[in-house]
Amino acid sequence: MARTALRGRLTWQLAELVKTVAETPRVKTIVFDVPGWPGHRAGQHVDVRLTAEDGYQAERSYSIASAPAGTRVALTVQRLEDGEVSPYLTGELRPGDKIELRGPIGGYFVWEPAEGGPLMLVAGGSGIVPLMAMIRTRAAAGGHTETRLLYSSRSQDDIIYRDELEQLTGNGLTVVHALTDSQPPGWTSYARRVDAEMLAEVSPSPAERPRFYVCGPTPFVEAVAESLVRLGHDTRAIKTERFGPTGR
Amino acid sequence: MGELMLDGNAIAGLLQEVFAVEMTTAIGTCGRCGTAGPVGAIHVYRGAGIVLRCPHCNNVLAKIVKNDSQVWIDFQGIRTLELAV
Repeated sequence: MARTALRGRLTWQLAELVKTVAETPRVKTIVFDVPGWPGHRAGQHVDVRLTAEDGYQAERSYSIASAPAGTRVALTVQRLEDGEVSPYLTGELRPGDKIELRGPIGGYFVWEPAEGGPLMLVAGGSGIVPLMAMIRTRAAAGGHTETRLLYSSRSQDDIIYRDELEQLTGNGLTVVHALTDSQPPGWTSYARRVDAEMLAEVSPSPAERPRFYVCGPTPFVEAVAESLVRLGHDTRAIKTERFGPTGR
Repeated sequence: MGELMLDGNAIAGLLQEVFAVEMTTAIGTCGRCGTAGPVGAIHVYRGAGIVLRCPHCNNVLAKIVKNDSQVWIDFQGIRTLELAV
């Protein structure tokens, strides 16, 4: 895995918005066409750069949500009300508009079908995005790698990719939701924050040597990673991606 | 402070800009505790500059400051960096 081809210097290039898809009230998927896109691996991200008329530039990183598919690259972006970049990406950008982007970036928080499993994915909120790229890549490859997703959201309406996850379930993929703030009537799954007990119930045992990918806000990732180590999982098998206040 | 902590992944673009190769899979060894691990797992704190800390002993591995035309890097706490070529 470490011996994959090394790319050269990153260059900014223009990406044209093809379409947007509303995922939840605060989250949108924006699909770009990026001429010459070299392809990507699940878990990688792009940097997006916006330049104001006065030359001021703002740069943010966003995880790629899509499985590799030609020159199309989908990002899923949560709108942060006080953000500099996300309100523009989710609210003002129209099909045909162009932004600057560079990538694919990163090689550590990456999964490829050939790496196998069992896979244990743990997502907090929009931390689902790079993990969804793994689930989609797995599905596109026709793989049967045993994969479990434990996905924490505030409420049912905040679950990103809800229908698609339901459709992809089965064939070795198990999806378990935890709703922390409010639950619909008749909710039978978890109704609390992810904790060690929940992780022990949902994860494969340490003896099965699962590979963990944990993504979410920093405190979420901290709590999950600490719990996994306490449960006896190998720290080297736990890959984390934290996103801070700038919101990836 | 914990709220602002990120991982090496978060500066993958910046590191690739500087080194011209993917750096998060490079293995770095802490100059204090000797722990070796992938750059992607290093703890990253963002403020006026970027501080990289060892996830094992919290030692400051490196500091990075960037403006529009220059990058300044202090590698005070990294003993070795090993990467595929």
